[in-house]
Amino acid sequence: MVPLSYYLVLSGVLFACGVTGFLIKRNIITIFMSIELMLNGVNLSFVAFAAHWHALAGQVFVFFVMVVAAAESAVGLAIIIAVFRSRETLNVDQVNLLKL
Amino acid sequence: MSVHLILFLAFGAVAVAGAINLLAQTHPINSALSLIAVMAALAGEYLLLGAEFVAAVQVIVYAGAIMVLFVFVIMLLNAGVEERTKGSRVAILFGVPGMLLGSLLVTWVVLRYSGTEAVPAGALPGAPRTIGTLLFHEFLLPFEITSILILVAIMGAVVLASKPPTVAPGAPIRRVD
Repeated sequence: MVPLSYYLVLSGVLFACGVTGFLIKRNIITIFMSIELMLNGVNLSFVAFAAHWHALAGQVFVFFVMVVAAAESAVGLAIIIAVFRSRETLNVDQVNLLKL
Repeated sequence: MSVHLILFLAFGAVAVAGAINLLAQTHPINSALSLIAVMAALAGEYLLLGAEFVAAVQVIVYAGAIMVLFVFVIMLLNAGVEERTKGSRVAILFGVPGMLLGSLLVTWVVLRYSGTEAVPAGALPGAPRTIGTLLFHEFLLPFEITSILILVAIMGAVVLASKPPTVAPGAPIRRVD
């Protein structure tokens, strides 16, 4: 039997890895993958709580999170393609038109 | 040490190793492959929790569809090794200790303030039939709204990623900035 807290620790560690990747990576595609990693960490805690409290609604919520992640990645990757067309770079340090 | 715990630790180790490898690699295709490893390991965790439907959807939608999209974009844009800049060095200097600190904090808080009630293996019937009943009765409205969201996302992706229209000869020139 695995305590609920172990699942929460794993999900927290995955989320922290995602946040770190979001901060330290300079490639816009890898930054996007870090966001997916964060979403996965949250999904794990959803499923763990659903199993703990015998509430199936948690799993339905994970389903909705996945749908939103799919829509988000489709639009986000399209935006990345558009940015690459106009700026010819994937480095976020060089996409700084809004910077003062 | 039960089999359940051993399996949990094995899948968890694969997931964390994949997540750290995602951060350590400099080429996006390597990061994408390690993210697929993380997602597969998480599917194993979902199976341990008895969430069969979520595990299947995780493999099909996440590791299948979304990651294929990522790999396609990486190949389409011919993404190379990421370059190191001054900003990225500063970010590593503060980001990696920050991650360790955050992980330790979460671990400490969770282990300190939560009880030791165990999650029983496969206790919850997470079969597709039950999920489907829930999805089409209690969560019908969010489900339908989701379909609209997907439709909007499809159209947005097509509009954003399509090439800007080329001007036909003889047509009045429209300035596009």
